[in-house]
Amino acid sequence: MNKKSTLTIPETQESSGGREDRRRWWTRDSGFRTILRRVKKNPLSLLGLGLIFFFVLIAVLAPVLAPVPAGSRDSYEIPQSGYSADPVKPSREHWFGTTERQYDMYYGIVWGTRTAFKIGVAVVTTSLLIGILLGSLAGYYGGWVDEVLMRFTDIILAFPRVVLAVVIVAVLGRSLINVMIAIAMVDWPSYARLLRGDILSIKEREFVLAARALGANDGRILFRHVIPNAIYPLLVLGSLDIGNIVIYAAALSFLGLGAPEGYADWGQLISLSRNWILGSSGSPFEYWHTVMIPGGTIFLFVLGWNLLGDAFRDILDPRQK
Amino acid sequence: MLAFILRRFALLPFVGLGVTILLFGLLQFLTPEMRASLYVKDPRQLSAMEEVIRRYHLRDPFPVQYGVWLKQLLKGDLGYSETAKMPVEKAVKAFFPATLELAVFSFLPILFLGVWLGTQAAVKKDKWLDHLSRFLAITGYSLPSFVLGLLLLMIFYGQLKLLPPGRFSLETDLLIHTDKFQQYTGLLLVDSLLNRNLSVFWDILKHLILPAFTLCYINVALLVRITRSSMLEEINKDYVRTARAKGLEESVVINKHARKNALIPVITLSSLLFVGILGGVVITETVFNYPGIGRWGVTAASQLDVPGVMGFALLYACLFVLGNLGADLLYAYVDPRIRLK
Repeated sequence: MNKKSTLTIPETQESSGGREDRRRWWTRDSGFRTILRRVKKNPLSLLGLGLIFFFVLIAVLAPVLAPVPAGSRDSYEIPQSGYSADPVKPSREHWFGTTERQYDMYYGIVWGTRTAFKIGVAVVTTSLLIGILLGSLAGYYGGWVDEVLMRFTDIILAFPRVVLAVVIVAVLGRSLINVMIAIAMVDWPSYARLLRGDILSIKEREFVLAARALGANDGRILFRHVIPNAIYPLLVLGSLDIGNIVIYAAALSFLGLGAPEGYADWGQLISLSRNWILGSSGSPFEYWHTVMIPGGTIFLFVLGWNLLGDAFRDILDPRQK
Repeated sequence: MLAFILRRFALLPFVGLGVTILLFGLLQFLTPEMRASLYVKDPRQLSAMEEVIRRYHLRDPFPVQYGVWLKQLLKGDLGYSETAKMPVEKAVKAFFPATLELAVFSFLPILFLGVWLGTQAAVKKDKWLDHLSRFLAITGYSLPSFVLGLLLLMIFYGQLKLLPPGRFSLETDLLIHTDKFQQYTGLLLVDSLLNRNLSVFWDILKHLILPAFTLCYINVALLVRITRSSMLEEINKDYVRTARAKGLEESVVINKHARKNALIPVITLSSLLFVGILGGVVITETVFNYPGIGRWGVTAASQLDVPGVMGFALLYACLFVLGNLGADLLYAYVDPRIRLK
């Protein structure tokens, strides 16, 4: 698409024009600084920011918080003390107790934080890239391109996402990377739709006409002028989806489609607890930690993103100005 | 009106074709042997592998395979679901009523609670009820259904021994498959009333409470938020001020004037939600061991039971088209400015 333009555009004009565009969405009402100011004013979104920061800290400090045992080949492999089926309660040796088959819960939670971020960032990036590419092509070119691409997204949306993801994982094989691929494959249509709608209006604006008059080709107009002006809310919304994606990945893990057993992944810790909702006679909550600890961790992680996201959505919603 | 409905139904074959071609295409990534392994499980049957591949046309080109499946479908034969151990039509008939029951039972509270709470939150913006609803909403969609489900089971099943998982107890299971119990609809709540058997009714109800509560808590959040923001938009409009200036009671202004106009996005969302729940709430059904359509769909998908997955996909496509149609009809009912052409 990015054919060399035969018309050379004076470099100064073009670059200053580009900067002008960018400055506009940096400083306009829903701009970055306004958002920061409003986030600071809203205590709930500050709490969300705090939670996310807390988890970033855990992820970064994982080797310090939960040292990798000597002789371990992979730091994501949870150390296993014995093979007994029954989970053990939290103790001095195992701060968060152990799961079924004696995986150390604390180690799994700490290193699982890294897994969660990896899943969230990788999936959001991939599905944003696909969504941006297809959405902008559909919106910009219109006509049959739009028709084909949008009907394709409709079909994907006309299918329950979890089941489609399960089919993809079943076809590709069970592993964490395939879970990420599957989620990205079912997650992009909503981004594509959103961007397409924005581009439909942006491509009619004067600066696009001006760029075309200057002789810029489609590729240049699309990637330098149209997409940068439409992409910003999408990036914010996409990055806030990280929480939901982690729930989603954990759900697939829960169904037994995720990482191999013993890999530090929150969803797997939960799925290892499935058989322990009944305590022994006399102490019904004997195995409370198997659900509460990984469940609480996922909850707090997702809560952080959603608290932040709730504030952002209000800010980005033009109807609530 | 009728023309509109008919035209929407004409969409169904296209959505159905699209969804099934996509799935069929995905499954082509597997070798014929891998797909045959669903039928050939025992190493002693290995010699039959070729026979299976030939019989199910697994080595033929993609259009041929799809054509074979389509031809059978037109004859009304959806194939045999290996994971359900019954023909696909039978599997749908067995699992769908369970999901329908769960969907209705959880959707009604979601709808009423969501719209009510959303309206109140908008009317009392920035008061404690608004904050409470915001808190409920955010915790609601931050809590994974499997975590909430396991917690509820731990408390109400493990500790209190009140609300068990599954769809019915063993006694009910034994009873409903005898001649003493007529299954008219497959909806066991309705059937038990028709059979005048209150103990079965109570048993089914007991099994529905936890999954319905889980679904309700997790899904009501979105509806509350949408209703609230849509209500806020309407409350600030001129006609609301006019209505107030005329001296109408506040409850009439809010409930009759503003809310009816605020319902459009709510209808869109709730129809999507209902279709979503009907199409199988995979995780909730799995956690509660509830024999619904979603659990079957996901088992079929993970074991590459092709007829099962395809049947499930078709069913969902139908629900999807019907759900959208229902939403459009509701729009016209709520907003007389919308004419269906």
